[in-house]
Amino acid sequence: MSTQKESDAGADAPATTGGLDGDDIEALLGEHVLDREEHNNAPAFVVRADAVQDVLSTLKEEAGFDHLSCVTAEEHEDRFESIYHLKQYDDPTEEVSVVVPTSREEPVSQTAEPVFRAADWHEREAYDLVGVNYEGHPNHERILLPDTWQGHPLGLDYNQDKPQIVTFEENKNPLEGHQRGAEDSDTMYLNVGPHHPATHGVLHVETVLDGEQIADVSPDIGYLHRCEEQMAQKGTYRYQIMPYPDRWDYGPGGIINEWAYARAAEDLADIEVPEYAQVIRTMGSEMCRIACHMLALGTFCLDIYGDFTAIFMYAMRDREEVQNLLEDLTGQRMMFNYLRLGGVVWDIPEPREEYFEKVRDFLDGLPGKLDEYNDLITDNEVFQSRTVDTGYLDPEVAKDYGVTGPVARASGVDYDIRRDDPYGYYDELDWDVVTEDGGDNYARLLVRMREVEQSARIIEQCVDLLEDWPEEDREIQANVPRTLKPDAGTETYKTVEGAKGELGIYIRADGTEKPGRFKIKSPAFCNLAALQEMATGEYIPDLIATLGSLDVILGEVDR
Amino acid sequence: MSSDQPRDSIKGTSDPLTATREDRMGEGVDSRFNSKLREAFGSTPFILTKFDKFMNWVRGSSMFMLQFGIACCSIEMMHTYAVKHDLDRFGSGVPRASPRQADVMIVPGTIVSKFAPRMKRVYDQMPEPKFVVNMGNCSTSGGPFQEGYNVVKGAEEVIPVDIHVPGCPPRPEALVYGVAKLQERVANGESSPVTVKPYELEQFGDLERDEMVEKMAEDIDEETLVMRYNWADSP
Ligand code: SF4
Repeated sequence: MSTQKESDAGADAPATTGGLDGDDIEALLGEHVLDREEHNNAPAFVVRADAVQDVLSTLKEEAGFDHLSCVTAEEHEDRFESIYHLKQYDDPTEEVSVVVPTSREEPVSQTAEPVFRAADWHEREAYDLVGVNYEGHPNHERILLPDTWQGHPLGLDYNQDKPQIVTFEENKNPLEGHQRGAEDSDTMYLNVGPHHPATHGVLHVETVLDGEQIADVSPDIGYLHRCEEQMAQKGTYRYQIMPYPDRWDYGPGGIINEWAYARAAEDLADIEVPEYAQVIRTMGSEMCRIACHMLALGTFCLDIYGDFTAIFMYAMRDREEVQNLLEDLTGQRMMFNYLRLGGVVWDIPEPREEYFEKVRDFLDGLPGKLDEYNDLITDNEVFQSRTVDTGYLDPEVAKDYGVTGPVARASGVDYDIRRDDPYGYYDELDWDVVTEDGGDNYARLLVRMREVEQSARIIEQCVDLLEDWPEEDREIQANVPRTLKPDAGTETYKTVEGAKGELGIYIRADGTEKPGRFKIKSPAFCNLAALQEMATGEYIPDLIATLGSLDVILGEVDR
Repeated sequence: MSSDQPRDSIKGTSDPLTATREDRMGEGVDSRFNSKLREAFGSTPFILTKFDKFMNWVRGSSMFMLQFGIACCSIEMMHTYAVKHDLDRFGSGVPRASPRQADVMIVPGTIVSKFAPRMKRVYDQMPEPKFVVNMGNCSTSGGPFQEGYNVVKGAEEVIPVDIHVPGCPPRPEALVYGVAKLQERVANGESSPVTVKPYELEQFGDLERDEMVEKMAEDIDEETLVMRYNWADSP
């Protein structure tokens, strides 16, 4: 199914959300609705800033919108706006947006945190970058930028040339001087990161220990906040944005991330993608997924066994192979920049047969390798004793935090955008969504390993399709105008299934060739927010294992 | 014990050398140059220079990297350490988890305002002599994110850098080449500045008294050095 068909359906009946259409929802919300808008993906209801909790809990309890997918804040000429993008875990095509305008003079809006825990970090980010204040928020602080930052960089009148100051004092140990908790308690503070071998990048985890057990843990992020949203807002739709998605989840989930942008932009500009290109995209995405999961596996074991031992090397060896395939396809090892709006940049490399043979060789070798991994890891007692029953995440808690991807599926939440809100060629292919019930670190690893098998299945079918594709029909790009200027005021929020979970892009067009607001919903951001639920009460080494099993990529968390 | 008296523990081995030292060195050598090493090698000042060379060669052939991942480039850095590229075959690929055990820091990624002070702290923790390899455009200049409000325009704003490896990300081969070049430099005796370079620093007192200063005045004493992140007029 092409993206076009979806957006067609969207354009014809924008207010329909399957079982419950926009009018039903409007009736349900009754007097709370001040106004109604249509976003390309869902109906949107404008509500008063002090009724946020009422509206959201009605939608959650009575209409089944139990997934707060994203919160976007933006500043307009005359107002601030927070948009809550809601979905259902059972059927993500059921969407609704709640728009909360506040005045520019007093941008205060009620927090949604009591209804959805997921709102906690999202709203902090909205405050940090845009400057909307959330009344009643339990932890109303900056999240990505340093505390000393002045102004809100995505606001309209932010002056970027004004110097910002961070003192070198900041490089002191922030916990120095209060290693012990209150006088009468036995707790101790412990810093993990931001430079720590087990944090997979620059994550800082503040933990409070009670003996060897974790009494409290809070991730401190923002050490890799490289202004991705601002970069996208500065680029033109057609060419300048596409390189950036490669750098969100550099696992490398490059093609999947590019697809997230492409899906949103194609929806916005009504572009139809030729089927042939969709198949190539699907194949490329799944190769990326394998590479991502291999990395997750290798570094997870690196955390648990503590050194650059066999498993890490094995995983890297296999990633090399996938990266070679991707390099042949795209020309780069990691930063592919392969998708274009309306298709892909070039066809399968010539000679095609040779390339397909390479892919097949890789796929043929894969089962043997997975057996090897099973011998080394999953059957290993040492590994099991560290991962089984540690880092447990309850499915309901997972939903509350908006957790998606392998982490959610390992807790038994059967949610996969590829199947539930299909894009590309996925719904024509034969594959399964992998779930596990364990909810622990071990289950998360199993899900990833089994997803590698499923990805291999998908790639195999894509290769078969591509091989037999009639030569005159190999259209890799639709006709897309050189400059794209979607109508001012069109808004859309589209998601794809990234390697870490639901990766969403919200774009509001402002009539120019650059997006008016570009918001990235990162899956790892939400997954990491749930760390507290998983790690509290466990041992420190379990915390490290849990961090590893979450497979966060900080480039994607901080953006 | 003065240094021209062999210590008991090495007496056995160095005694014969000490016995013939007079003959080998002849007269006229200033006894202030005597040292354990000269006892051991029966050395003249000429050999001492050789010894420096030897040490440089040793240093260059056995470097320990800091296990330091920042952003996308660190994935390629891991590939450089792992099978296939295996940096260790050049004598410099065993990453150390602690900065206190490392000689070389590869800076693989974008440095942002929150992280820059922490990176300096890690750098400061490394023992001398220490070397820095910049991996990728981000750590060279800010790379694709140079215009970002939060991005430091290169690691050199914070710490001294010896080698820049361009690329986004550089291929593992490129990083291997960069490290090999560093080894060559070290083996040739060129070393990185021992003290930190002049940072882009300024006294707090010099800043305009804007709202920022008002807000932070209590937290910072006049002597404290601060760094700025957004250089409207940076060179
Ligand atoms: S240079 Fe490129 S690959 Fe390296 S950290 Fe920067 S953006 Fe990532």
